Amino acid sequence: MNKNEKDWIDITSGVNVRKCMRCGKCSATCPSYDEMEYHPHQFVYMVEKGDIEPLLNSVSLYKCLTCFACVERCPRGVEPAKVIEAVRLTAVRKQGNNHLLPDQIPDMLDDDLPQQAIVTAFRKYTK
Amino acid sequence: MQRIGVFVCHCGTNIAATVDVKAVAEALSHEPGVVVSQDYQYMCSESGQELVKNAIKEHGLTGVVICSCSPRMHENTFRKAAASAGLNPYLVEIANIREQCSWIHKNIASATDKAVILGKAAVAKVHLNAPLTAGESPVVKRALVIGGGIAGIQTALDIAEAGFDVDIVEKEPTIGGKMAQIDKTFPTLDCAACILTPKMVEASQNERITIHSFSEVSDVKGFVGNFTVTIKKKARYVDETKCTGCGLCTEKCPMKKVPNEFNMGLDNRTAVYIPFAQAVPKVATIDPNYCMMLKNGKCGVCSKVCSVGAIDYKQTDRFIEQKYGAIVVATGFNPIKLDKYDEFAYSCCPDVVTSLELERLMNAAGPNGGTLLRPSDKTHPHTIVFVQCVGSRCDDEKGKPYCSKICCMYTAKHAMLIREKYPDTEVYVFYIDVRTPGKNFDEFYRRAVEQYNVHYIKGMVGKVTPKADGKIDVQASDLLSNEQLHINADMVVLAAAIEPDKTARPLATMLTTQMDTNDFFTEAHPKLRPVESATAGIFLSGACQGPKDIPETVAQASAAAAKAIGLLCKNSITCNPCVAHSDELMCNGCSACEKVCPYGAITYQDKEFRMPDRSTAIRRVASVNPAVCQGCGACTVACPSGAMDLNGFSNSQIMAEVDAICK
Repeated sequence: MNKNEKDWIDITSGVNVRKCMRCGKCSATCPSYDEMEYHPHQFVYMVEKGDIEPLLNSVSLYKCLTCFACVERCPRGVEPAKVIEAVRLTAVRKQGNNHLLPDQIPDMLDDDLPQQAIVTAFRKYTK
Repeated sequence: MQRIGVFVCHCGTNIAATVDVKAVAEALSHEPGVVVSQDYQYMCSESGQELVKNAIKEHGLTGVVICSCSPRMHENTFRKAAASAGLNPYLVEIANIREQCSWIHKNIASATDKAVILGKAAVAKVHLNAPLTAGESPVVKRALVIGGGIAGIQTALDIAEAGFDVDIVEKEPTIGGKMAQIDKTFPTLDCAACILTPKMVEASQNERITIHSFSEVSDVKGFVGNFTVTIKKKARYVDETKCTGCGLCTEKCPMKKVPNEFNMGLDNRTAVYIPFAQAVPKVATIDPNYCMMLKNGKCGVCSKVCSVGAIDYKQTDRFIEQKYGAIVVATGFNPIKLDKYDEFAYSCCPDVVTSLELERLMNAAGPNGGTLLRPSDKTHPHTIVFVQCVGSRCDDEKGKPYCSKICCMYTAKHAMLIREKYPDTEVYVFYIDVRTPGKNFDEFYRRAVEQYNVHYIKGMVGKVTPKADGKIDVQASDLLSNEQLHINADMVVLAAAIEPDKTARPLATMLTTQMDTNDFFTEAHPKLRPVESATAGIFLSGACQGPKDIPETVAQASAAAAKAIGLLCKNSITCNPCVAHSDELMCNGCSACEKVCPYGAITYQDKEFRMPDRSTAIRRVASVNPAVCQGCGACTVACPSGAMDLNGFSNSQIMAEVDAICK
């Protein structure tokens, strides 16, 4: 178990995964369920166990629509979508280990660059 | 000159392992006024108490300090010992060197230092202790039970059985409460009405029980043994003494489209109505929100058909005042409103019902005469999905944080009854955990699974979608097989969380009793005093104190009755002498104490005072009713002029303790 990675996910998601009571309502409500290898409740449970490596390598990360249905309906207020987002961020930031300073971003901007790309750049490159 | 004895307890190793008790006894022996200072293994034991008693006699002690456990534990023991040796019991002080010292420290040296300081504070205080005498107050031999459900009925029957008069105040037109609405009871599956209605009749026929139906408590004054309660008898526009309950008015009433609350609004009743056939008292009530005569003066059919002339459109609310020695709260529960759980489609789909609605749908006196039909099209449902924990076990924003306790069992009951009566119906139960602690409870649930083939699926329902063909799509998790299911259902039953009745909160304010954050009444001690409230003379019965099933409710109802009887048996009760009193010469009449007093013990009155120039002035001063005061001390803190003081915990005593600690 990679403790740093788990701590990092706890911090970036802001979610206390130990609040989960394993009711499975997140997975019951998930519209992408059938596309996923690991389902929302598994994300929460595996992050709690620190079993993060399989999640980082799973296509499930990119199947979450971030529709927040699970966040809306979780009886315990666990917010599984935020956990998935945090794992996704961890994966994105690992790839190639690019490091870009926020100051460098303005020079790279041009009018054709979609706003989403800028937001993603901010997400991808750590300070 | 004070002659003080100090007694330091080892409490086996509880204290002695962390505190050097001999050193404490030695250190305290040098305190001013201390003439004897001893340690002993178990001060609370017979021989330990003898030690204290002998020392009182031998040294002629004027004050005693016991360094031992919390005063909550043994203060009374030592007070009694002192009294039996001829010392006023309020001249005994306890220094808590166990819970507040030995149990929470590890270092022997610093724990011993602290024990010495706590002992010194107690010695300093006992110097200023004054002998106090507990007063007595008479007990009115009549009890009030608020709420006429099974809890209230059982409590009232038990109190009446013991030979005391008891009044039941019920806000609905009939007693019976939620149990009257239930079809069958778990785990024996006997008919609820068959076991409840005899008790209702028994209550109405018992000459010691007075039932105030369609009434509410509107004011409570007084204190244990001597409450004065104002009961509002709501206008039912029918003379209770004349009405025979023949029901002719309900047959003839032209206003037939009133949602029937007894059947959870699943069918209609008339504007003049008797809630159900076995209602007690069996008296009609006119609903002023729907009665055309009361709304616009046009109709009057009921008064024309009533052969005994019981209809009285001019009736108004009446208030009666009655004195009681004890009050039992039995206000019960309600299922929560499910409007905010959009995912279950409760508000938009008539075939999504709550469990209590299902009880009515399956009951012979219900809207379908006992045949289970879908509310939307009155067809027989072939697939029924039960959803557990709807609004229970949630975080605070999403619902109730507690387990509602009864849902697992009644859902197993519903599932079993449906499979028994309609074997062609598939029943699915989605659960998070199945919680069935109770005699024959788990066996009952297993029977539903093993014998009745009810499909229990671990997982929660995420989404309920009514479809155009009248079916309902239920999307849910099956956690054990790790798949998402879609069930094509005909009906969905939601096990709604239960919450205390809405009338409980204002009632708690009137009774000055405590509630928890969920509005359940708080018991005086969660384990050892479960049916008493922290306010003397107020007892708790049934689900108003926490979620409960019927057997537990009845047990608690009888326990509350036993406590009330114990109080009513006494001719008078001993009051706590550690109460507040005000120095009238110092009181400036600001009302600060009156506002903070949680028990309503402080009143203000105008009094004549002789002024220094011999003139007479009238000043407004506080006075404390010692029988109501619980000695909490809030007033002494609030008083800006220092006029309020608490016997046994006076300002000067507390300052002496602080000085001793800070020295």
